[in-house]
Amino acid sequence: MSSYIANTENEVKEMLAVLKISSIEDLFQDIKPRHAPQSFDVPQGKSEFEVVQHLRGLAAKNLSGIIPFLGGGYYDHYVPAAVSALASRGEFYTAYTPYQSECSQGTLQALYEYQSSICTLTGMEVSNASLYDGGSALYEAVMMALRITKRTKVVMSAGVSPIYRKILKTYTYNLNFDFQESSVVHGHSNREEIYKLLDKDTACVVLQNPNFFGAVDDHSDIVNKAREKNILVIESVYPVSLGLLKTPGEMDVDIVTGEGQSLGLPLNFGGPYLGFIATKKKYIRKLPGRIVGETTDIHGQRCFVNTLQAREQHIRREKATSNICTNVALCALQAVIYMALIGKQGFKELAQLNLDKAEFAKKVLDEIKGVEVKKGTPTFNEFTVALSRDASEVTEAMIEKGFAAGFPLGRYYPDMARHMIIAVTEKRTRQEILDFAGALDAVLNG
Amino acid sequence: MELIFEKSVEGRQGYRNPCGDIPTRTQLPSGLLRKNECDLPEVSELEVVRHYTNLSQLNFSLDTHFYPLGSCTMKYNPKFTESVAQIPGFSELHPLLPQLRNGEKFTQGALEVLYNMDCLLCEITGMDAFTMQPLAGAHGELTGVMMMAAYHNAKGNKKKYILVPDSAHGTNPATAATVGYEIISIPSDAHGVMDMGILKQKLSHEVAGVMLTSPNTHGVFNPQIDQVAELVHAVDGLMYYDGANLNAVLARCRPGDVGFDIVHINLHKTFGTPHGGGGPGSGPVGVKESLTRFLPISRVEKKADDTYSLNYDYPDSIGYIASLYGNFSIILRAYAYILMLGKEGLMAVSDHAVLNANYIQKRLKPYYKVAYDRICMHECVLSAENQASQGVHAVDIAKFLIDKGIHPPTVYFPLTVKESIMIEPTETESKRTMDLFIQAMIEADALSKKDPDRFKVLPQTTPVTRPDEVRAARELKTNYFQ
Amino acid sequence: MEVIDHFLYTKEHEWVNIEDSIATVGISAYAQSSLGDITYIELPAVGDEVEQFGELASIESVKAASDIFSPISGKIVEVNTDLDQDPGLINKSPYEKGWIAKIEIADKEEATNLMTADEYENFMETA
Repeated sequence: MSSYIANTENEVKEMLAVLKISSIEDLFQDIKPRHAPQSFDVPQGKSEFEVVQHLRGLAAKNLSGIIPFLGGGYYDHYVPAAVSALASRGEFYTAYTPYQSECSQGTLQALYEYQSSICTLTGMEVSNASLYDGGSALYEAVMMALRITKRTKVVMSAGVSPIYRKILKTYTYNLNFDFQESSVVHGHSNREEIYKLLDKDTACVVLQNPNFFGAVDDHSDIVNKAREKNILVIESVYPVSLGLLKTPGEMDVDIVTGEGQSLGLPLNFGGPYLGFIATKKKYIRKLPGRIVGETTDIHGQRCFVNTLQAREQHIRREKATSNICTNVALCALQAVIYMALIGKQGFKELAQLNLDKAEFAKKVLDEIKGVEVKKGTPTFNEFTVALSRDASEVTEAMIEKGFAAGFPLGRYYPDMARHMIIAVTEKRTRQEILDFAGALDAVLNG
Repeated sequence: MELIFEKSVEGRQGYRNPCGDIPTRTQLPSGLLRKNECDLPEVSELEVVRHYTNLSQLNFSLDTHFYPLGSCTMKYNPKFTESVAQIPGFSELHPLLPQLRNGEKFTQGALEVLYNMDCLLCEITGMDAFTMQPLAGAHGELTGVMMMAAYHNAKGNKKKYILVPDSAHGTNPATAATVGYEIISIPSDAHGVMDMGILKQKLSHEVAGVMLTSPNTHGVFNPQIDQVAELVHAVDGLMYYDGANLNAVLARCRPGDVGFDIVHINLHKTFGTPHGGGGPGSGPVGVKESLTRFLPISRVEKKADDTYSLNYDYPDSIGYIASLYGNFSIILRAYAYILMLGKEGLMAVSDHAVLNANYIQKRLKPYYKVAYDRICMHECVLSAENQASQGVHAVDIAKFLIDKGIHPPTVYFPLTVKESIMIEPTETESKRTMDLFIQAMIEADALSKKDPDRFKVLPQTTPVTRPDEVRAARELKTNYFQ
Repeated sequence: MEVIDHFLYTKEHEWVNIEDSIATVGISAYAQSSLGDITYIELPAVGDEVEQFGELASIESVKAASDIFSPISGKIVEVNTDLDQDPGLINKSPYEKGWIAKIEIADKEEATNLMTADEYENFMETA
């Protein structure tokens, strides 16, 4: 048995002697016999080798080698080897929250660089040091808007990820907020419906770009309209698309959030991921979570610290801006390393590649009988198709052919059972796209 | 050190994108395109590698330094748990696969991990069912308190307050407030546990529940914990267990056996997953039978044919608290850790964690005021009050330790103890390491008497000394481009 | 710790200087010193109505955040906007340049709920 315990029998004896007790048992006298476990039926320990074998066996039960055209907010991008090589360095991986800034400058500077990268990516002025994931980041943004405006109504576009919308409803169930959803027409947020919902109680409008159907939009007009009533606009974005697309900053959006998984994090069956949130400088004190700021030390050298901690739960307790304690520093580190590696030019190219490959796929798929690629709104690397059959049946059949074909929309939009969204990242080759089209043709028309 | 942006040279590239095998370039309408450049750095891969390697070396970490940070359980993070997390069968698995029709059969291994962890954590804590979804400890608290609210709403209970001891982590009151409850803070008694008399006064039918850490942040296990539970249950309140300090009582006391109804566990504390410089964490939540119907969806279930599935069909569920199934690869690491330690190993954890903390407390007692002079659990709380009378505060001692190559303990928490220094060595540290720490603490005390001014310019071995936090907060520069 | 003789004080360490119908409000030397270097103050808006002992402003230092309560009821007629640029004025000059707000007093009788300078000094010694 190791348990990674270092003490030898002799050392234990020496320590017990210092404590003037005869056994470790004596240290547990506050735990009375009536508190003892009624059972503790955990299996006997195993060697490292045995555990690894067991887990390799479980991993083998998962599908591997499938070619993914599946997105829905989580994308199969290539992660350069340097990302995990650097992020798994023990000095980052096994450090904790940088409360002692003198011995945490590595983490602090990396988080400052992360914040700066998110700002230039989104065109916003300030970012925090990360949140749990895209869904919880959107929730925090909504709570922030409610605090800033001291209003109670939230207007949400149906183009926002249905998973995120469900999370928002769960979190606010016990609070008295009014959620209103506007529908999506032709893939774009329905302006008319949104404008009708905007009133003096409205705190914010929540949008997504590209939206869940893949449609790319310019929300400047909604921002202008909301501004007339001092309503804030929140936009959830897909960071890779910002290599090309008009930024939330350029649309004058107030709070931006998103899922940062596509910035160098493996899919990992759902986590850990990276929630990012950025806003205007005037709202920085309403931001949740950690924020790293620049300062100088007693020798006048530039350095970095956790700042504005008075917003946080460990100081303000029940009056904190959020209950969040930790962020996802290691994921933010992966993201900043990823962005530095891909670089200014590379990021533009990456976005263009995603767009080009998706457009190629759209063209090829549209030629298949029984597939109608939804047109009318531009898309980035994900798009909606209408099929001649139930999309769930089609994706099931496509897996047998080696493709994760896309995400059927019927699960979250019951009147869209024949629709699915298909994602094409830079990793998909021309040949894979052609094979995919061939397989889909066979499933639909074979 | 220079920022990565300051190393940027126009035209330099660190990465080559996959070849564009699609000849046509698509042009989106110009109104949809960004006009301002995205000013990511232009650096070579070597520069990136060197930059972040050099940055890493500015950190203290568990792999490089003793890290007795109280309440954070900085135990060794076994290297093999990271390598299992990188097995492609797990790391490349798309989370929406099981949401495709019959897609579950393609993720059976991952679902089995989640299911097995649910069972293991139930056995370890004495609860009836777990959700793996909460993404951190505080997120677990939020999930737990939302279930508390759902329980009371379902019973038609009109509840207004949550009671929290004054020694609690700040996340407890912050979470309760986030769910819409008002907080009543209960002071500690002379033994460092929640004052029973005041608890009785404050308990009423308007109390939704009590949130407790056990042992608490004073490092004290409340021997009357089961009586507290009886009192709270008598007003139909629920007992919430903040699992921050579970390491102290593993296999010694299960929260489910002493009256707790809801439990969250910090996998990154008790089960050795990495702290990562501040996350990602993972905060699974367990509940007793009376609350299982409120657990978030989806829930992982084992079917009669021994296959695993995701069940979303729980009409009373509080709903979605996370986008997917939790921080899977963190859960996977903790699962590997638990399997490796097994029953005997987990029992040894609490034994040695508690022994080590008591050893430190006893050895330092002649030099530092001990907040609660009694046997402690896995952590001890000292106070630098004596040293502060010489002008040497807890923070100064922290900076002194940095120069000795030791990460400082938690200082100024718990808030109930003046000049507090909270020390948690964990079970994975050796007596030799602790002796070096004790020696450094004794030297700090001696220096505080001899030359208190000396502390103000410490640390001197680090790249920076005493950053100006006031300036940081007043000038607020949080973005290189601003 | 310095107190000003003709000002009145609260148990939460705010001071008020009443001149005719206008009350000038700030925090005491003791309050600023226990908070440490003040980094930010969230000021009320001119025109806001405040109640005696109700929330008036909130103040932050590096390690603490606290609310400031109004010593007296009334309408805010002026706030010290210099504090936006230099919140440290509260540390440097708590009773003069660090004033927070001026309030048009609703009910002068409320002054009887406050402490005189002598009473406040006694209060600080016993507390």
